[in-house]
Amino acid sequence: MSEQAPRDKSAALAATERIEAPAGGPGRGPMGGGMVGQKAMTFVPSARRLAARMRPERAKALLVVTLGVVSVALMSVGPRILGRATDLIFSGLVGRQFPAGTPASELPDAVRGQDVVPGQGVDLGAVGEVLLVVLGLYLVASLLGWLQGFVLNAVVQNTVYRMRGEVEDKINRLPLNYFDRSPRGELLSRVTNDIDNVSQTLQQTMSQLLTSLMTVIAVLAMMVWISPLLALVALVSVPVSLLVTRAIMKRSQGQFVAQWRRTGQLNAQIEESFSGHALVKVFGRQGEVERAFAEENDELYRVSFGAQFVSGLIMPAMMFIGNLNYVVIAVIGGLRVANGSLSLGEVQAFVQYTRQFTQPLTTVASMMNLLQSGVASAERVFELLDADEEPVGVAPTARPAARRGEVAFEDVSFRYLADVPLIDGLSLVARPGQTVAIVGPTGAGKTTLVNLVMRFYDIDAGRITLDGVSISDMPRSALRGQIGMVLQDTWLFAGTIRDNIAYGRPGASEDDIMQAARATFVDRFVHSLPEGYDTLIDEDGSNLSAGERQLVTIARAFLTDPALLILDEATSSVDTRTELLLQQAMAALRSDRTSFVIAHRLSTIRDADLILVMQDGRIVEQGTHDSLLAAPGAYAALYESQFAAAVA
Amino acid sequence: MLIRLLRLHLRPYRTWLAAVVVLQLVGVVAMLYLPSLNADIIDDGIAAGDTGFIVRTGTIMLGVSVLQILSSVAAVWFGARTAMGFGRDVRAAVFHQVGGFSAREVQQFGAPSLITRSTNDVQQVQMLVLMACTIAVSSPILMVGGVVMALREDVGLGWILAVVVPALFVSVGFVVSRMVPSFRLMQTRIDEVNRVLREQITGIRVVRAFVREPYERERFATANAELTDVSVRAGRWMATMFPLVMLVVNVASVSVLWFGAQRVDSGQMQVGALTAFLSYLMQILMSVMMATFLLMQVPRSAVCGDRIMAVLDTDSSVAPPTDPVPADPARRGWLDLDGVVFSYPGAESPVLCDVSFSARPGQTVALIGSTGSGKSTLVNLVPRLFDVTDGTVAVGGTDVRRLDQDVLWDQLGLVPQKAYLFTGTIASNLRHGKPGATDDELWAALRTAQATDFVASLTQGLEAPVAQGGTNFSGGQRQRLAIARALVRRPDIYLFDDSFSALDLATDARLRAALRPTTRDATVVIVAQRVSTIIDADLILVIEGGRVVGRGTHDELLSTCETYRQIVTSQQAVEVAA
Repeated sequence: MSEQAPRDKSAALAATERIEAPAGGPGRGPMGGGMVGQKAMTFVPSARRLAARMRPERAKALLVVTLGVVSVALMSVGPRILGRATDLIFSGLVGRQFPAGTPASELPDAVRGQDVVPGQGVDLGAVGEVLLVVLGLYLVASLLGWLQGFVLNAVVQNTVYRMRGEVEDKINRLPLNYFDRSPRGELLSRVTNDIDNVSQTLQQTMSQLLTSLMTVIAVLAMMVWISPLLALVALVSVPVSLLVTRAIMKRSQGQFVAQWRRTGQLNAQIEESFSGHALVKVFGRQGEVERAFAEENDELYRVSFGAQFVSGLIMPAMMFIGNLNYVVIAVIGGLRVANGSLSLGEVQAFVQYTRQFTQPLTTVASMMNLLQSGVASAERVFELLDADEEPVGVAPTARPAARRGEVAFEDVSFRYLADVPLIDGLSLVARPGQTVAIVGPTGAGKTTLVNLVMRFYDIDAGRITLDGVSISDMPRSALRGQIGMVLQDTWLFAGTIRDNIAYGRPGASEDDIMQAARATFVDRFVHSLPEGYDTLIDEDGSNLSAGERQLVTIARAFLTDPALLILDEATSSVDTRTELLLQQAMAALRSDRTSFVIAHRLSTIRDADLILVMQDGRIVEQGTHDSLLAAPGAYAALYESQFAAAVA
Repeated sequence: MLIRLLRLHLRPYRTWLAAVVVLQLVGVVAMLYLPSLNADIIDDGIAAGDTGFIVRTGTIMLGVSVLQILSSVAAVWFGARTAMGFGRDVRAAVFHQVGGFSAREVQQFGAPSLITRSTNDVQQVQMLVLMACTIAVSSPILMVGGVVMALREDVGLGWILAVVVPALFVSVGFVVSRMVPSFRLMQTRIDEVNRVLREQITGIRVVRAFVREPYERERFATANAELTDVSVRAGRWMATMFPLVMLVVNVASVSVLWFGAQRVDSGQMQVGALTAFLSYLMQILMSVMMATFLLMQVPRSAVCGDRIMAVLDTDSSVAPPTDPVPADPARRGWLDLDGVVFSYPGAESPVLCDVSFSARPGQTVALIGSTGSGKSTLVNLVPRLFDVTDGTVAVGGTDVRRLDQDVLWDQLGLVPQKAYLFTGTIASNLRHGKPGATDDELWAALRTAQATDFVASLTQGLEAPVAQGGTNFSGGQRQRLAIARALVRRPDIYLFDDSFSALDLATDARLRAALRPTTRDATVVIVAQRVSTIIDADLILVIEGGRVVGRGTHDELLSTCETYRQIVTSQQAVEVAA
């Protein structure tokens, strides 16, 4: 579905933000809604593909199956042999009732054909032997089952580990426009919630599913062996169970979907009123908000009750079917024993088997839900893994001979959308050490220009060169390694301030970091923090002001000591005095570097060597501040509007 | 904590809970009765060859099964009602509690955390209640019932129960006690992996710009390996659980048969009783297992319960007055701050220190200073988003702490620093301040806020949809809508907290020009970064490090306040140059 998302940058970004918000809530919510529509179509191929993921663990998987089969078989034979013990006891009991030497014809039907020796009590020796065998069987079965669990656990965990790793690699290979295109919250949900869900599903279902299925088969075999008639009776319960479970699940599925949808809605509502907490209060809307909440909350209560009640019916229903089965077996079995065609021990074993038979069926039934959801998640992960990657082609190896920082655009064209021209036939040269400022209204393509220099996007036509070498001939890492970037969006990771500055250059010394921090005025505010440079920046960065965060990102770029500097609205969120200090620091930083500066405050770029005025993806004017002002054009008009406003 | 939460919010559902217990009791008794009937079939029917008895008893068994399912279904009904009702009530309680919080408590918990607490955490505890209604209620009954029935069949074998049941408890308990810490650790590691991924995706441009993919890959690999490590450990215990339980169960059944055989041989016990005893043993062991599974859920829910209670136990630092004073109509629009001090609890230095000023209707007071100097905090003290630590803030001549909150808020129009809009339409957002406002009023406010052009250009106009937070509008558009929202209210006091920052200078100037007549009779407080925005203010306060370092008009400050001069120089370069 992301493929159909608008590729237009602004629209995509708007979509990103819009969808991002609810994703903070309970992860399963939106996903639960999504999976239902898809599952019928692609369940089998996706499940197969998920199973194929375990291929590298083939040997272990084979071992798991083998261990499982043996263990289940042993476990299943158990009741049958125990039944032997019951027979022995029963025979002893019956035998005792008759004096020794009673002819077999006088024995009751129920025990005829069994080892009843009239006059002899329970052959405890024989019983003991049988029990010892069973005990041995159980011990071995448990041991094998345990081993199987261990190996299976490794298989599942390794598979999930690899899958996470693949997703990580994929993220690093995806072109940037993938991230612009797909809503951020949605993508995050895929790499976190969905993988977690797959992992949980595999962990929970694999072992149970395997043993359950094998148990069903083994038990069925045992039942047929004991009594084909009773087996048939027991078998009737299979389709009945399946039908009942399906009927219930069909209804509960709908209820669950409603429940997750409502949860999502309620979540959005809560998120909104908590995020806008102050406004809700000050505008006196608390009562209204609580009413709306109560309504949604009631609705959630209604549907989740429905979901829980309907799905809660599965267990009693299965138990009832099991009980019915039990009753029928007990009665028919009893009658068969009475007429001598079955032994009591066999009926007892059969009863035990019936119990063992319905239980895994219930398990499998209840797992289907989980499995469906897990496969739906796997599918979403596969979609991500299948997305087109950044073209690699022949690994480019060219590197500029000397590091001077000259950037040239030669007749460059680029568009995000094939039919919406953005940058057309653009040419410009930034000489080493020059500061090139880019101004223009929002959407003019300023940020696009620097994105092209960074090779976040590949150009459609023309050539961009860095120190004479086309950037498409250089490895991306070599290109980007020469560029320091400060963006409007102040991204910091959860770590200390020191770590965040050091991010720019791995292995930077403490002195280098301090120097960068001092040069960019980070040092000033860090001193007022109790933990200093060890202050942890929390995930939403709320313990630093927007300005302070920007300072850290500037320090980070400073530390990289790049040949080329890109400042994209870097000072838009700091106050003017801090900005002034920053301008000084950045002037020093820029002195022997080529820099591209995007700014909306014209005051910040007056000293630029070259000012590019962009409109609709084209450079409509270029020159210095003074030359541009002298000619009455777009820049002069822009400047006039800002100046006129300032004195108004 | 969890117990307290449960006790508090399960109280209204006492009757239903009682119904669950009774119904489960009926269901369990029915279930326990079946093996006993089966034993009768064996002992009295089969042994005696009485087929009529077998069929009769079979019918009774059928009836008992029906009774069992009926009571189970009813128990599920009441259980689901109780659990979901409990969840709903706790959610509502948390939501209400947060509604009463001041900005301080919201900051302290963090909005994302509060959201998690009122949704996911509640869900966890709700699941526990649901499980408890089914398992926790039935399994002790099943266990006790099983023991009673088993003993009824044969007391002589009772000692096996006395050995096996504790053995199972101990072995399962041991595995669970090993598993729980692993699970807990696993949860933190999952969070860690997710955090790394989240950071990589949100910071993808930075990661690529700084060529840190290898580093990120490594960071992820570490987190992933650590997670897998603990998952393997938890998984091993999990894999141990089932075979262990099966072993105990099977050894138990073998020993029942062995010792039972001797008792049968010596005539102390019947074969049917032996079979029934075996069935009861299985049921007892099953109930023990189910109970332990429930216990596994408890630690997780306990953490969630703690987190919920932490919210419910936090009192708002801004309490509504017990005996509110009515507003004084003669002093409408008065705003007086006197010796205001504000500090966060435990913080070394105050955020604001000894700030005083007064403003009357028709006046504009401007606050200027560097990022983090405390300007926004000062503005937030007026609507009592925080309460002063010392000094007073008075609105309409009355200390805000003595005013009814609705009365206070009614007089204020706040435009916060972050122009937040709510899901809905432009009209619904604008009407937040004044629910009954007409379209004409809305358009008038939009005109003043310089937002007419872009709103009119939307096909749906006033009814154009607004996404959560207003993210489908640009920063400048959001700010103008937020200003319009405050204007619709026509309050006595306007609070503009850096509300013009995203506007270009021309729009800023036009907006202020349009504001002048609209706010003629109101008191205006403006926090600003740009000197041009506040150049005409009647009083400008220069705030530095939470203190007022300059006070006066623009011209006065230019000659008296060094900090102000610096600010002006930093910005006026452009004007001077022209």
